[in-house]
Amino acid sequence: MDKHQYDPHTMSNDDVLTTRLDSLVNFFREKGVNWARRNSLWPLPFATACCGIELMATGASRYDVARFGAEVMRFSPRQSDLLICAGRVAIKMMPVLQRIYLQMAEPKWVISMGACASTGGVFDTYAVVQGVDQFLPVDIYVPGCPPRPETLIEGIMAIQRIVDRDGITPSSRRGKGLRLVAEPMYQIDTPPSSKTGAA
Amino acid sequence: MATPEQILAAVNTRFPTLRLELKPLLTRGDVPGDQMYIRVKPADLLDVLRFLRDDGRTRFEQLIDLTCVDYLNFPGASDRYGVIYSLLSLTHNHRIWIKCFVNDPRPTLPTATAIWPGAEWMERELYDMFGIVFEGHPDLRRILTWDGFEAHPLRKDYPLRGKGERENYPVLNRDDA
Repeated sequence: MDKHQYDPHTMSNDDVLTTRLDSLVNFFREKGVNWARRNSLWPLPFATACCGIELMATGASRYDVARFGAEVMRFSPRQSDLLICAGRVAIKMMPVLQRIYLQMAEPKWVISMGACASTGGVFDTYAVVQGVDQFLPVDIYVPGCPPRPETLIEGIMAIQRIVDRDGITPSSRRGKGLRLVAEPMYQIDTPPSSKTGAA
Repeated sequence: MATPEQILAAVNTRFPTLRLELKPLLTRGDVPGDQMYIRVKPADLLDVLRFLRDDGRTRFEQLIDLTCVDYLNFPGASDRYGVIYSLLSLTHNHRIWIKCFVNDPRPTLPTATAIWPGAEWMERELYDMFGIVFEGHPDLRRILTWDGFEAHPLRKDYPLRGKGERENYPVLNRDDA
């Protein structure tokens, strides 16, 4: 009898069950979560210029980004995990965009769509950010002025490949949570019982 | 509907000492356009504007636009900033332009918000873009550029690409957020 085979006398049923569940959970963590993430990207359309029109065309029936699971445009950063920055961003708008990015739930990805969002485009002036990647971590740059919907879809598919390949571990596990901390407005006195308990 | 000459005549009968004149707003080649402006000194500006709004012959109820031209290095120009009031009378269906020149170092005009409340944001825009101070304005803040901005970008001596104002925000990276 092969020693690697299942031996009911040395291994309890609980162990077997635990091992199988663990492998299942691990498989789901490594493959399944990313599979679910990549097929349900919920974009936040930060559309400030003509790129936004192409973004709408991408979402509409002809190009139908629903085929890639990214049709649920969410205007709340809390509900989205893909920031599509479509169009030029004025410098006065940059803190708003940064706040939106900070408010998005982990894991999150950023597409810089079009020439203006990526480099400032023709708007090389005092008022326009010369590429949002100066202030934000950008994953994918979609070229074009504006990009055709096929190009944007290719960008979304590139995000899907990124998700598939490495994904992003949640920030809590990296030890770096969201730094938006609500300070208590009043002093909290520690109850005496917990003080003694801690000591 | 009154012609620009009739409007000017109405103003001149009320303010005979000012000796105001009509000039074409623009000339194309040698041909003057039919849009005429009246040049007014800053000290007389509010009186003329209020008269143009209130008088029955002119009745300019609406301030269509309030804008400015920087005449820096302009051939033949003696003043620097030309502030232009575009007026429209809905009653009479006629228009006139009022032009008022101010100069450095502190270009100052009285505010027109008491005459047309809609002038408030336009004057804020002129303050933002040209640095023209409107005295008596209820809330003279910048309107288009951000709060920390210090220059007046539509002045001719301001470089198109700015003076490095764009580098003041924190840079987010993946570990921050």
